[in-house]
Amino acid sequence: MSAVSVKRFIPYLSWWLLITIIQVVVVHRFNIEWKIAMVDALLSTAILAVASYVITNTFRYYTPASGKYIYGLAIVAALTILCVAVITHTLNYIFIDNNAYIYFLGQSVPVRFMLALLMIALMGVTSWLRFYMKEQTENKKRKDDAGLLLREAELSKLRQQLQPHFLFNSLNSISSLAGSRPEEARKMIQQLSDFLRGTLKKDEQQLVLLSDELQHLQLYLDIEKVRFGHRLTVEINCDETTAKMKLPSLLLQPIVENAIKFGLYDTTDDIIISIKASTVNQQLTVIIENPFDPATAGGQQPGMGFGLGSVQRRLYLLYSRNDLLAVEKEGSLFRTIVKIPQNQ
Amino acid sequence: MKVIIIDDEPLARELIKEYLQSYAALQIVQECNDGFEGFKAIQQHQPDLIFLDVQMPKINGFEMLELVEQPPAIIFTTAFDEYAIKAFEAHAVDYLLKPFSKERFDKAVGKFLQTGNTKAVTNDLLTEVTPRVLGAEEQQRIVVKSGNNIKILPSHEIIYIEAYDDYVKIFTNSDVYLKKKTLSYYETVLARDFLRVHRSYLIPLAQITRIEVFEKNSHVAILKNGNKIPLSRNGYAALKEKLGV
Repeated sequence: MSAVSVKRFIPYLSWWLLITIIQVVVVHRFNIEWKIAMVDALLSTAILAVASYVITNTFRYYTPASGKYIYGLAIVAALTILCVAVITHTLNYIFIDNNAYIYFLGQSVPVRFMLALLMIALMGVTSWLRFYMKEQTENKKRKDDAGLLLREAELSKLRQQLQPHFLFNSLNSISSLAGSRPEEARKMIQQLSDFLRGTLKKDEQQLVLLSDELQHLQLYLDIEKVRFGHRLTVEINCDETTAKMKLPSLLLQPIVENAIKFGLYDTTDDIIISIKASTVNQQLTVIIENPFDPATAGGQQPGMGFGLGSVQRRLYLLYSRNDLLAVEKEGSLFRTIVKIPQNQ
Repeated sequence: MKVIIIDDEPLARELIKEYLQSYAALQIVQECNDGFEGFKAIQQHQPDLIFLDVQMPKINGFEMLELVEQPPAIIFTTAFDEYAIKAFEAHAVDYLLKPFSKERFDKAVGKFLQTGNTKAVTNDLLTEVTPRVLGAEEQQRIVVKSGNNIKILPSHEIIYIEAYDDYVKIFTNSDVYLKKKTLSYYETVLARDFLRVHRSYLIPLAQITRIEVFEKNSHVAILKNGNKIPLSRNGYAALKEKLGV
């Protein structure tokens, strides 16, 4: 046995030793010889110790379901009866010739039963509580881990879903430029690479400066401008104080993507997308506007489509608030307003 | 042979134009920026082959095809995923996933030149593919022709749809539109707020004001504008279940 496991057993051994000594003294006081009292006490505690070990291990593998504690109680009672029976029969067998002791033994059975029941029940409850607590802690940890994992997976999925269509169409544009205007193709490859690198590098949880986010957005918009040519114009407005405010990385891109989608796919005219950032009540407020056609608008007024739904979800995961994203319509102008709290 | 390119991205059109340079027999008669232009160009030029993008302004490539009575041979060019677009393989000459190589392009055009394949895109196919390819908002509308104009009809403007031989009649408050489609097609595509209450009728639940008994054992639904729509036995049962009565 290693030093550690010996150490672990010291409290138990002391406990059982104490019980033994008390029992020796108590039995002796009933005019039983020291020697006999010692045999009685040692045998009793030994068997109780074994029973305690059994009950501890039982509850390690079997935890009574809530409401079924009666089963646990039944196990304790059965074990107690068994213990007392073994103890009395053994002692009876050993000291069969000692009439005074046999008489004492017979008289003491109820007391022995009570003591054994208390002892075993105590052990049972202690061990059950210990394993119960351990299980609860493990459960909680597992739940927390799972929640965290789910959140991470969800966040990265939300981001990935936005990419393929943009990526493949951009590559197609590059393919086209490569034949006729190789210099421009090279430039667009550069822009696309910078954009993708920026997207990959960013951590979802991380807060970035608005100026950095706008710079990244500019790369995206430059690529879209190559794709859609003269049809797309983008205006960005942001003062110096606001530029230093922070927001979750890549939050604005799906909103702008949505604005472009509505603007370009809902009308056939040239469009202007406007992005205005300002500080309102020490909150960062970004307003994105795009034209849309109220007459068609895909058969219904544009609402929280896929792109905006994912932004809403992300804001909720990060800030536990549902009121940070709003949309409104004014004539043929669609406006998305996003607010970012700064005191994180 | 006449070719039309329909794609909303100028560079995408340029690429097809460049690839087509090696085909003397194929002459580009027009390039179109969206489905409206595309539809008009097809009517005007009666081309032999079109290159068609799926996601475009106003109406998408499929919606444009619905308007064309005798579609020419089609080569789809799209960035949509292969799985979604593959269903069209048998009904189009070919589909090109952007970005595509000259070799892949040549293969597609080669197929067209060999077979002159002009299989039509069928209703069944659109029923199957539409929900997979299009966004939710695009499924909540119907593109119709009214004279020479194209109109996008939001589903909430529809009062009811009636089967009419090989066509359906779509009723709004002001007009009736004819589309060469089956009622089952719209039953699937517009599933959310519409109910097939009769072999020949599909109505939006929002239009029903009340249900009345009509002769023995039969019922009619009274619509907001006063129209009476007969209910079949199954239609009546389905309607009661939907309305929770």
